[in-house]
Amino acid sequence: MKELRLMKGNEALAEAAIRAGADAYFGYPITPQSEVIEYLMAENPAERTGMVVLQAESELAAINMVYGAAGCGKKAMTSSSSPGISLKMEGISYIAGAELPCLIVNVVRGGPGLGTIQPSQSDYFQAVKGGGHGDYKLIVLAPATVQETVDYVKLGFDLAFKYRNPVMILSDGIIGQMMEKVELFEQQARSTEEPEWATVGKKPGRDHVIVTSLQLQSEEQEKVNLRLQAKYREIEKNEVRYETIMTEDAEYLFVAFGSAARITRKAMEMARAKGIKVGLLRPQTLFPYPYEAINKLADQVKGILTVEMNAGQMVEDVRLAVNGKVKVEHFGRFGGMIPNPDEILNALEQKIIGG
Amino acid sequence: MAKRGDIVIDIERCKGCGVCVPFCPTETIALGPEVNSKGYNYLVKVNDTCTGCTNCAVVCPDAVITVYREK
Amino acid sequence: MAENLIKPENLVYKKTSVMTDKVMHYCPGCGHGTAHRILAEVIDEMGIQNETIGVAPVGCSVLAYNYFDVDMTEAAHGRAPAVATGIRRVFPEKYVFTYQGDGDLAAIGTAETIHACNRGENILIVFINNGIYGMTGGQMAPTTLEGMKSSTSPRGRDIKTMGNPLKITELVAQLPGSYFVTRQSVHTPGSVRKAKRAIKKAMEYQKLNKGTCLVEIVSNCNSGWKMTPVQANKWMEENMFPFFPLGDIKVPQE
Repeated sequence: MKELRLMKGNEALAEAAIRAGADAYFGYPITPQSEVIEYLMAENPAERTGMVVLQAESELAAINMVYGAAGCGKKAMTSSSSPGISLKMEGISYIAGAELPCLIVNVVRGGPGLGTIQPSQSDYFQAVKGGGHGDYKLIVLAPATVQETVDYVKLGFDLAFKYRNPVMILSDGIIGQMMEKVELFEQQARSTEEPEWATVGKKPGRDHVIVTSLQLQSEEQEKVNLRLQAKYREIEKNEVRYETIMTEDAEYLFVAFGSAARITRKAMEMARAKGIKVGLLRPQTLFPYPYEAINKLADQVKGILTVEMNAGQMVEDVRLAVNGKVKVEHFGRFGGMIPNPDEILNALEQKIIGG
Repeated sequence: MAKRGDIVIDIERCKGCGVCVPFCPTETIALGPEVNSKGYNYLVKVNDTCTGCTNCAVVCPDAVITVYREK
Repeated sequence: MAENLIKPENLVYKKTSVMTDKVMHYCPGCGHGTAHRILAEVIDEMGIQNETIGVAPVGCSVLAYNYFDVDMTEAAHGRAPAVATGIRRVFPEKYVFTYQGDGDLAAIGTAETIHACNRGENILIVFINNGIYGMTGGQMAPTTLEGMKSSTSPRGRDIKTMGNPLKITELVAQLPGSYFVTRQSVHTPGSVRKAKRAIKKAMEYQKLNKGTCLVEIVSNCNSGWKMTPVQANKWMEENMFPFFPLGDIKVPQE
């Protein structure tokens, strides 16, 4: 039976976490994502499913609580916004290094520094290129709707456990704060499995489990890195997700993710009304990135414009994908400003068609 | 009269720190002149006066001493 | 000797099987090994090896997970109480301990320590205080005494410019969330036996779910202090104990 509700992005995310059978949420308030922990506390999931919800003393503590719970083989998650995510980067690197599954949500706001509480996509580099120290990757999911936010909580946990890798949902202040119709999936039971890599108490007949990201011998640390890289290649092979809209006959292409893709879609419709044959490619996974799909479209179109709520970050990946075949330009508003469809269309005409 | 005891020293694990030596009530142990494969002057028994009191084993940071005592 | 006493029925002391057979990397005479051993003995005697999860710190005891034959997680510097919180919250029936040095617990991890204890997380924190950063080569720690030399206080700790040594254990004892807080040492057979009893009590208290237990062990760092192990233990008695007096600081109100 379909369960439809009108929900705020952050609250829908929290509800999805309970329904996905999450075992634990550890968080710290920060605008514009505080509704996640507020909703969880109000819902009292300890009663509903036995899920643990704890407000930590800092983002540092929260991510390390996630590390502890994830090491126990539990579905653990945290959420924050940009400055808080920076604080979590230490823990995220340890979790990636120890190869533990977990879900991290970044409801991005404008930076750098304390920045603004308004929406932004300026944490793209931090999310997709690692973010913390060391060679590692997060699986990064970029929802454009409240519905996708909900769906990606479930998908995120599935991918995290499939690859024993942290997954980040890269949302933003628009998606977190807006209300939309959302179809909720049914409550899933919390898992009772005890993975063999988890610290659950030493079982007779097996070695003690050690969760660590430390290898003092370089030869051993290189092996860890090689194993991680092989895993990332596997993820790149299997998990690329993107959506294309009106690309069949397109002469020009927009590439945009998340909120920016929604606005860009409107600009695309306005361009089409003027007779400009432009399509849209919207990456849903930012790592792995749809390099191949963009590369193929570069054979068909005359130019590509990325639309981002940042000073030009994803454009670098599009250029890598296109590899010089056609012109690739960036249009962005940032610092919490949101582009409007008119200026996006104008940028397409100025930078790509007329440029 | 005190009961009689004996100790077994894991020579290879002993780091020759000597922390145990002053706590032996019968001066049974001392750091010897020989070194183990790590180069430490390991602990040796220098007489047969052990009472099995376990002081040396209890204070040993590397758990190298096993203690026996007559029943 | 006439009679061979070395036979199983005469055995009175041997290394617990809750410690692995790996040779510990600690310097000769370092109290870490003794502290590890008595904690392992407590786990052994309580029969909780299969229900215990430990958290190792960053510092000299970063590799503690190699020596305890229990499931363990290696935490980031100072974050062990947060990691242990995550573990104990999802496994409220298990025994969870952290093992941390002074830099880890009382400098970079102060917030995690104070807040875990203030929430009354039902974990055991074993805190090794040797007044120095051992692993990185003998730098000044939050617990370095006034006037004490280290590689970053080469003329001795100057309170005016370097601040005061921190008695974090007394601080923790003030928090309503802490249940049993004590300061011990492991440099004599008597003190080892006493410290072990304290650790055992603290471990047993976990089942009561009444709050955090913290056992500080004032210990030596003969390499960092540049003394022989025996000298270091004497120096510790004369200099560390007056500032960090041994004994129970907070005992449960029964």
